[in-house]
Amino acid sequence: MNITQTLDAKGLACPMPIVKTKKAMDTLSTGDVLEVLATDKGALNDFKAWATAGGHTIVDQKEEAGVLYFYIQKA
Amino acid sequence: MTVTAWTAAQVARKVIDNKEFFILDVRNADAFEEWKIDGHNFDYVNIPYFELLDGVEEILPQIPTDKDVLVVCAKEGSSIMVADMLSEAGREVGYLAGGMKSWSMYLEPIKVGDLANGGELYQFVRLGKGCLSYMAISEGEAAIIDAVRFTEVFTKFAEDKDVQIKHVFDTHLHADHISGGRHIAEVTGATYYLPPKDAEEVVFDYAPLEDGLTVNIGSSAIEVGALYSPGHTIGSTSFVIDGKYLLTGDILFIDSIGRPDLAGLAEDWVGDLRETLYARYRTLAEDLIVLPAHFMIMDELNADGTVAKRLGDLFAENHGLNVEDEEAFRSMVTDNLPPQPNAYQEIRHVNMGKITPDNDEQTEMEIGPNRCAVR
Repeated sequence: MNITQTLDAKGLACPMPIVKTKKAMDTLSTGDVLEVLATDKGALNDFKAWATAGGHTIVDQKEEAGVLYFYIQKA
Repeated sequence: MTVTAWTAAQVARKVIDNKEFFILDVRNADAFEEWKIDGHNFDYVNIPYFELLDGVEEILPQIPTDKDVLVVCAKEGSSIMVADMLSEAGREVGYLAGGMKSWSMYLEPIKVGDLANGGELYQFVRLGKGCLSYMAISEGEAAIIDAVRFTEVFTKFAEDKDVQIKHVFDTHLHADHISGGRHIAEVTGATYYLPPKDAEEVVFDYAPLEDGLTVNIGSSAIEVGALYSPGHTIGSTSFVIDGKYLLTGDILFIDSIGRPDLAGLAEDWVGDLRETLYARYRTLAEDLIVLPAHFMIMDELNADGTVAKRLGDLFAENHGLNVEDEEAFRSMVTDNLPPQPNAYQEIRHVNMGKITPDNDEQTEMEIGPNRCAVR
């Protein structure tokens, strides 16, 4: 997987992880993959719902040492 | 336009007084579907905050201007963002301070009635979770039954009433919420009672709550008497207070009955549940006022916000008390049960003292409705 850009949203509370992710996505092109790091547990469901609503694909996600990693491919 | 922060207590007043209210819930659809702020005269729109990042213009027609509007999210951050956007668009709106988290935690103490010799009985209504706790006070002393984990609400209330908490009971080992009973007993020096049959795995000392146990509150003897009533759990115990009130725990609710499966043994306990509801309770005075440990729907609230009804009326009206056929009853309480409460196994372990999660983890465990009933 080629990561086009990485966004560090660790320590940010809702809604900032999604707000920043959306801004970053707006600068990318179709097919690009954005890596997002977040620590807000509420982000888990929100990222899924937000990506679905926007047609983006979460190609992978994982949790390591309390940090959530999302890999989102732009629609 | 200004954005107002509403407290959970202010929202609770809207619920209890049956006021009109408009809620814009900006959590995602699953969360809203599962659990929201219920009110008789509330209207709702659910639009996740992440669909509003480009602006709120499109939803303005859906937001009324003739009633109070409250924006709600899980913790408050997203609701503040959306409320600010609506405010910039010229609308006057509020947000719920602390979000659904604070709603889940809020307790409204309401007086249920007077006891003999100047005593009083209070019901603590946790609107956001449907939990009901009780405090009986008389002549400087108090007993608490089924306290939820916000123990300071109870100790502060006792201080304000100038009473000393002497006895703390749990009707059973709870599976949907974390009990505050043990902690209240620790900080006040009160005795903490649990039914021994529910307490086989607990890792702390407790006083056994056995059938027929009575304690007095105050010197003029308000009597609190225990009545073994298994079925929701094997140890479930009811209380008769002052010969007037029947505290049913999670055995009998206003519009439903307890489910027998939260400790994993529905088939084994269905007979106990039947026996309690159709034999033991039938021997009690019909004029007793039933006070359960939960409500599930807003229709179970009385006009003053209490959850209470005459036992005789429940015999006539509660569907779960009117299934004559034993097989039909067995099938009703063991088949097609609703999903279990969120994290119910972990919550049982917390109440046994086996695990000690921090406050945030406890909040997470208690997210969502209580789901202790079969309707």
